[in-house]
Amino acid sequence: MINGVPVQEHYRDASHQFASAKEGIWLFMATEILMFGGLFVGYLIFHMKYPQMFAEGAQFLDWRLGFVNTLVLIFSSLTMALGIYFCQINQPKKAVWALAITILCGAVFMVIKYFEYTHKFHMGIYPGRMLDLEMLNQHLSSIGKPAIASTNLGMYFGFYFCMSGLHGIHVILGMLMISWCLYRCMRGDFNPNYYTAVEGVGIFWHIIDLVWIFLFPLLYLVG
Amino acid sequence: MAHAAHGSNYLNAQKGLWSWLTSLDHKRIGILYFISVMTFFLLGGIAALLLRGELFAYNVANSAGEMAGQLLPSADAYNQILTYHGAIMVFMVIIPGIPAILGNIFLPLQIGAKDVAFPKLNLASWYCLMAGATLAMFTMFSTKVDTGWTFYTPYSIKSGTAVTTMVIAAFITGMSSILTGLNFIVTVHKLRCPGMTMWRMPLFVWALYSTAIIQVLATPILAITLLLLAMERTFGVGIFDPKLGGDPVLFQHFFWFYSHPAVYIMILPAMGVISELITTFSKKTIFGYTAIAYSSLGIAAVSFFVWGHHMFVSGQSEFAGVVFSFLTMLVGVPTAIKMFNWVATMYKGSISFASPMLFALGFLFLFAIGGVTGIMLAVIPVDVHFHDTYFVVAHFHYVMVGGTLMAIMGGFYYWFPKMFGKMYSEFGARMSWIFIFIGFNVTFFPQFILGAMGMPRRYFNYIPAYEPLNRISTVGSWMIAVGFLIALYTIINGLINGAKAPKNPWGSKTLEWEADSPPSVHNFDHEPVVTAGPYEYK
Amino acid sequence: MLLWILQKITVVMAQAQSFMPTQGTEIAKSIDNLYAFLLVISLVSCVIVIGGMIYFAIKYKRKSENDVTAYITHDTRLEILWSVIPLILFLFVFAWGWVIYHDMRTMPKDALEIHVTGKQWAWAVEYKNGVRSTEVVVPVGRDVKIILTAEDVLHSFYVPSFRIKQDAVPGRYTAVWFRADKLGDFHLFCTEYCGTQHSGMITKLRVLSQEDFDQWLTTESEVSTLPMAQRGAKIFQTRACASCHNVDNPAVKVGPSMYKLFGAENHELLDGSKITADENYLRESILNSQAKIVKGFGPRSAMPAFQGQLSEVEVTALIEYIKGLK
Repeated sequence: MINGVPVQEHYRDASHQFASAKEGIWLFMATEILMFGGLFVGYLIFHMKYPQMFAEGAQFLDWRLGFVNTLVLIFSSLTMALGIYFCQINQPKKAVWALAITILCGAVFMVIKYFEYTHKFHMGIYPGRMLDLEMLNQHLSSIGKPAIASTNLGMYFGFYFCMSGLHGIHVILGMLMISWCLYRCMRGDFNPNYYTAVEGVGIFWHIIDLVWIFLFPLLYLVG
Repeated sequence: MAHAAHGSNYLNAQKGLWSWLTSLDHKRIGILYFISVMTFFLLGGIAALLLRGELFAYNVANSAGEMAGQLLPSADAYNQILTYHGAIMVFMVIIPGIPAILGNIFLPLQIGAKDVAFPKLNLASWYCLMAGATLAMFTMFSTKVDTGWTFYTPYSIKSGTAVTTMVIAAFITGMSSILTGLNFIVTVHKLRCPGMTMWRMPLFVWALYSTAIIQVLATPILAITLLLLAMERTFGVGIFDPKLGGDPVLFQHFFWFYSHPAVYIMILPAMGVISELITTFSKKTIFGYTAIAYSSLGIAAVSFFVWGHHMFVSGQSEFAGVVFSFLTMLVGVPTAIKMFNWVATMYKGSISFASPMLFALGFLFLFAIGGVTGIMLAVIPVDVHFHDTYFVVAHFHYVMVGGTLMAIMGGFYYWFPKMFGKMYSEFGARMSWIFIFIGFNVTFFPQFILGAMGMPRRYFNYIPAYEPLNRISTVGSWMIAVGFLIALYTIINGLINGAKAPKNPWGSKTLEWEADSPPSVHNFDHEPVVTAGPYEYK
Repeated sequence: MLLWILQKITVVMAQAQSFMPTQGTEIAKSIDNLYAFLLVISLVSCVIVIGGMIYFAIKYKRKSENDVTAYITHDTRLEILWSVIPLILFLFVFAWGWVIYHDMRTMPKDALEIHVTGKQWAWAVEYKNGVRSTEVVVPVGRDVKIILTAEDVLHSFYVPSFRIKQDAVPGRYTAVWFRADKLGDFHLFCTEYCGTQHSGMITKLRVLSQEDFDQWLTTESEVSTLPMAQRGAKIFQTRACASCHNVDNPAVKVGPSMYKLFGAENHELLDGSKITADENYLRESILNSQAKIVKGFGPRSAMPAFQGQLSEVEVTALIEYIKGLK
């Protein structure tokens, strides 16, 4: 322990350790972005191939819910940044509050997602081969809308569920990690010289928000 | 920190299995990797012997699936074994091989660091590999996977075997690879000892650094590809399934976007080892240090843009084929630069024929053949004939086994005294070299000819014209097996009965040889200070 | 002088190429020339690298532990030399390859189009006039365009003698063309791993003269309208069943006679068991000759297995024909 910082013995000092940890986290973020990048590439390819089908699929997504979720996540990014800031200026109580609000925002996001998902399941919308076109068309005729023209609508929802699902898993992981930071913060682990964990989780959370900011227009708005 | 008692080293500082399984010492984690990777190698090797045994002769009147082969009960058994041979050797042996064993132990030592940047992550990455491997082995006891290690769709979607589990296993081993790469990049950036500038780093470190960049940037694509395949099998997402308008060829693009750079994850560290061996055993500074270091980075960069050369006949456009062929030619140049620099290093040197150097010379010999056949395969019309034939099989074994495995063996014999503080029997090591080197050529050279004759790969049975060369090839595989058994004996015997190793038995100049043999827990008693390049044989 | 040596080497290499299968097309010849050139430069570069290595290893062998070595760090001229020369060579072979590849990918107009579908584990060949076959039959000296697709998984259409290969991908068409200039039968392999019987997915590409081809096509199309038993008789001839099995007397030729076989009770097998020769027995014996071997033959049957070689319709026609041999 140097100045309340647990410095591992292969580092010269706290700032050396902090810089290394931060570089490691950014590298890991690069892998996350590339992983989502694979999905985006697939999306673009098939969007070009079947624009009609993607337009048909997008009409089942409620852009208002997506927009609310976007706002929620952007706000949570702010509170996450505040959490780090309060750790830096040695106000752990405020930091705890900021982190708690961030977790809450994550939960709101997931609840809205839950309602979006279950609503789709009710209409018979499942990913890929499992999409029940008959059930969906019945539902559409009951509300006086034309039947689906694309036979492979399942692929759109394959993308939808894979992309938003993988993102959702990351949100849950982020919430767990923020909870861990919250616990450590309450325990008094962090101080202006040592807040690596909050900083790292914060970077992760921002990247997850960033991915959503790309997902939202691609899935909800590009019709 | 208390100074370790005299005579204490990283091997005996703590005792008991538990102290090994929870160790954060990069050297101990390297040893853990060594034991596990060698176990996987043994499994993959047995699979290879079974495949070669089956191909010893063609089956008369091979007909419906029930027909038994020469050695294996059925074509299905053959297909399963070839899948496990490929998957084990690629994901669990050659990819982790040099970085995770030799890199883990010697990267920090060579740059004068006490450990890697993230020791806990380092241990976690070993556990990832073990978890992935356990899952993969588990599928052997359920429905054995028969897709080949490439998991090409739509066969991998249709196959009724444990593909999903296997794919998840590969995903987890990929995770392990990412963590190792990330760790190495930060270690190289942040933990070099005073005076160790980037341009004073040993070439092995440069190679590992370039490899780590590929590991971090390419493996995520494998991750998402494998996840999508798992999703495809579970939910029928449709992206790779032609029945839903998906594109099976897209899978190949995704797969090779990772798996071609992965080829360089396998070979770049090997090239790093060879740079160390050639300079040490020529007792001469490396020729063209900067050129070799830059060529590693160059290979790493270009490797991301050549994946399509695996797909010249897959139905991609003529234009795409031509572009990929062109870029592949470009990747040949840095490889050629390395070869010439190594040979030039030997000029006016003092060349010792100690066993590590024999492996290095063997590498140059085999890799030259692997390299020129690689250029042949990059020329599209020639590749159209050779694609998916034994020519390709021979080519990548010359590169992967003749290259990487020879380097692992050479590097292992080179650093053995440092790792364990003991010497092995030079006679045993040379015998193992003779059998492996000759056996390798006997096994794989005939396969070039078989490929030229048109024998397709992944064939359980073949037409009679191919039989004589297959026989030779199978006999060669037995010689390789004998070679590795001798190596195993030499290593175990060295561990038990070996004489005590001096600090620097080969007269090397790099930093790891200034540590004790075996090194203490903290590597160096005093933090080293570097004032010159790595290979100052003046 | 150098040119003469190169020429000589090329001749030697051309002989080494005898490992390559017969050249069945013009393009095969041009690919082989490129390949021969590649072999020569590969050989030369291997001689430089490996030869240099062996020469240095022997010349500068360690004499004593205290040998003094030269201190040479680099030589920029050499580095440039051995970067630029390989690059030029690589670009040269790349360009050469491109020229040939362009020919291979440019589909000729007015080619004879044949549809080939890969399925586990046979090729289904269909001609414009409706003739179906399991072998690809083409006329000599004429452009042929193969339009490929697959029913289930990936397959790859590979004729070593023609140096052509193209994947058959489910859900899309790919194409490959050739102009055979040699008569005869050539191997046609599947080279994309496709499951259990991948290695059994071998058939023939037969090159006939234009007249023979026309005649084959007409006969085949007539055959498809014939009554079943007559069609079976035709297949019995073309598949060379007749060379081993008698049809009009019970004498053994190479294999058992088909005369009065159908319906025979107490048909004795090698293992002593007795069965009735019904449709399913015939079917099994045609597709997998090893399954049940008749007494007096064996222990292994010399008959090729026709699993994957005959379509369902053909098997049924054959059985119908054998039924009628009384």
